[in-house]
Amino acid sequence: MTTLPSISTELQEPSAAVEHEEHGDFRLFGLVLFLVADGMTFAGLFAAYLTFRAVNPLPTGGIYELELLLPTINTVLLVLSSFTFHRSAKLLRAENSSGCRLWLMITVALGVAFLVSQMREYFTLPFGLTSNLYASTFYVLTGFHGLHVSLGVMLMLIVWWQARQGGSITSHQHFGLEAAELYWHFVDGIWVVLFGIIYLL
Amino acid sequence: MTTTTSSPSPGLFDGPEPEDWRRYFGFSLDHKVIGIQYLVTSFFFYLVGGVLAGMIRTELTTPISDFLSREAYNEVLTLHGTIMIFLWIVPVVNGAFGNYLVPFYVGARDMAFPRLNAIAFWLIPPAGVMLITSYFIGGASQSGWTAYPPLSLTTPAAGQLVWIFSVILLGGSSILGGINFIATILKLRRPGLKLMELPMYCWAMLGTSILVVLSTPVLAGTLILLAFDIVAHTGFFNPGQGGNVVVYQHLFWFYSHPAVYIMVLPAFGLVSEILPVHSRKPLFGYTTMVYSILAIVFLGLIVWAHHMFTSGTPPWMRLFFTIATSFIAVPTGIKFFNWLATLWGGRIALNSAMLFACAFIVNFVLGGITGVALAQVPFDIHVHDTYFVVAHFHYIVYGGTVFVIFSSIYHWYPKFTGKMLDERLGLLHFALTFIGFNLCFGPQHWLGINGMPRRVAEYDPQFTLLNQISSVGALLMALSTLPFLYNVIASYFKGKVAGDNPWRALTSEWLTSSPPPVENWHGPAPHVRHPYGYGAEPQP
Ligand code: HEM
Ligand SMILES: [Cu+2]
Repeated sequence: MTTLPSISTELQEPSAAVEHEEHGDFRLFGLVLFLVADGMTFAGLFAAYLTFRAVNPLPTGGIYELELLLPTINTVLLVLSSFTFHRSAKLLRAENSSGCRLWLMITVALGVAFLVSQMREYFTLPFGLTSNLYASTFYVLTGFHGLHVSLGVMLMLIVWWQARQGGSITSHQHFGLEAAELYWHFVDGIWVVLFGIIYLL
Repeated sequence: MTTTTSSPSPGLFDGPEPEDWRRYFGFSLDHKVIGIQYLVTSFFFYLVGGVLAGMIRTELTTPISDFLSREAYNEVLTLHGTIMIFLWIVPVVNGAFGNYLVPFYVGARDMAFPRLNAIAFWLIPPAGVMLITSYFIGGASQSGWTAYPPLSLTTPAAGQLVWIFSVILLGGSSILGGINFIATILKLRRPGLKLMELPMYCWAMLGTSILVVLSTPVLAGTLILLAFDIVAHTGFFNPGQGGNVVVYQHLFWFYSHPAVYIMVLPAFGLVSEILPVHSRKPLFGYTTMVYSILAIVFLGLIVWAHHMFTSGTPPWMRLFFTIATSFIAVPTGIKFFNWLATLWGGRIALNSAMLFACAFIVNFVLGGITGVALAQVPFDIHVHDTYFVVAHFHYIVYGGTVFVIFSSIYHWYPKFTGKMLDERLGLLHFALTFIGFNLCFGPQHWLGINGMPRRVAEYDPQFTLLNQISSVGALLMALSTLPFLYNVIASYFKGKVAGDNPWRALTSEWLTSSPPPVENWHGPAPHVRHPYGYGAEPQP
């Protein structure tokens, strides 16, 4: 065979600084991608619901009536909790870890209040999971979202524990807290859409 | 700031890992080990899926259902499709080659999230085993890989539920992999390495992973609704309860059309690596290749309803999806001509890797043409759910992707193992595969146009001869596996030593020993500016 073609590959020796340059923290980026995926699951379910609404009339005599008061309170609770979480993260960056933990607990309380009131709604509604198509979509959509809220509450409790004095989360190292916060805002955002299309539409 | 302590950089392996073959059987975090684990695991499932295909073709040598009962035929058919898609093609072109090559190409020592990577792999074996054992315990799903309701609601529930559960697991694995690839390509590049300097396979994996992350979750959501219909007797997709079957089809194809690109885009990327090396020429039209991948990703997301022209879709919808689908032929055609131009005037070495790669181009263009034909409503209404569709997608998935997989194995085996594969056996493998493949699926175009429906164990006796020809082709394909298997096993022990760079290639997996050391290069990561700088002329 002939000689090697001209290789324009450069095998330059990078300086130690380049070679050991820290890559920025891309775990948050990974989380964002995960949330995009999770959001697409919801998007699929929402699309199914909206199509049902558009083409499948409610069977005659089917019961499907939603109270508005409780879910509106729920919406307020969740939106509020996004602000309290944000405040908690800000306090941590300001080196105030006890304040951070306090506001985190308030956020947990709001999340739990949401779940309790959602349960209350489930038990007082006049229809069950299989009553009709809309009843089924209602329970599956809100239930799937409720699972996300429960997971968020658990994450917050873990972060709360890690942010204690001498824990692994400090004002310099707070990926866990940031991740939980991002996730929580995501869950809130989904709820607002869900509230809009299920209760208001 | 010490927040990056867990980012992969030298020293990311937290325990001593065994250095020998044993690490291929454990929870390794090394992307090369995980890549090989994907390759071997999915090849095992390919053999299982192949045996099932053999059973299908055996049944279809006669017009009556004699070899398998009708129910068994449906189970075998469903398992075959599901295994080939979710346990062979998707994990092999994404998981196996992606994990092995992408970190090399971006100049990194591992994937962005090594632990997630290992978890994604280890979801696959249990899901696969579960799916297969359902056949022996109580019966597998019978509703095909599409699991359309109401069929999937009326066939035995247990098998269907196992199917749903395994597919969700496999989808989850695929999503985790996709997230990892996007993060690796966008965030873990060696400092100074520009996106437009990346080998084409990286672009293909970026596009594929975007599709994975956007579309696979929709499948998971849909299957959860289907599971509710089966277990809790909700009526999402049950017209008897006011539900709507067409909604299932929309959601399913919103995933499954992109899924065909999840199966073929990485293959496009792999051939784009292989053709320049063995024809000693730069990849033609790098920039247009990149933009066609991005165009395919975008278009791939808005063409799904071409699978539903016979599902009562309204005329405006048919029009939109016919036009959008036909448009895909443009970026695909650009890639096709770029490959031809890459070969044009090159010093082509017609070895096994190259034979499979060139055959890919031929098969793929045939499958692409029948695809565009199927996108035209009047024609599709005639041949929908006939063997014409079976021929179309096997020309693409087998003639396209599987040919590229074999080409890639011949090309990268020296890197994986340090040994060369035997070329004479490779030639035999190629000849049997190419002839067998065309004999098996070529006649199915005629069968379909003349009205033989797919997915049925019995057929009109007028179709017997062509079906028997097809089965002979399948037999040749089965035989072709033997020289291949012998080759990869025997060469591992007594093959010619390959050396670092037997093909004199320029991409960075070749600029290290074969097999490469744990951290990929002995020294610093090389900066490959011109991955396709072959020949005297500089890159156009
Ligand atoms: C130029 C590109 C392509 C076009 C225009 C196209 C078009 C179509 C159309 C219209 C159908 C529906 C036929 C019917 O069911 O009546 C179809 C089916 C199918 N195509 Fe393609 N296709 C293309 C490329 C691909 C690729 C790249 C793959 C896979 C890698 C693929 C895999 C499939 C599969 C698996 C089916 C059958 C699905 C099923 O019903 O089980 N196609 N194609
Ligand atoms: Cu399609």
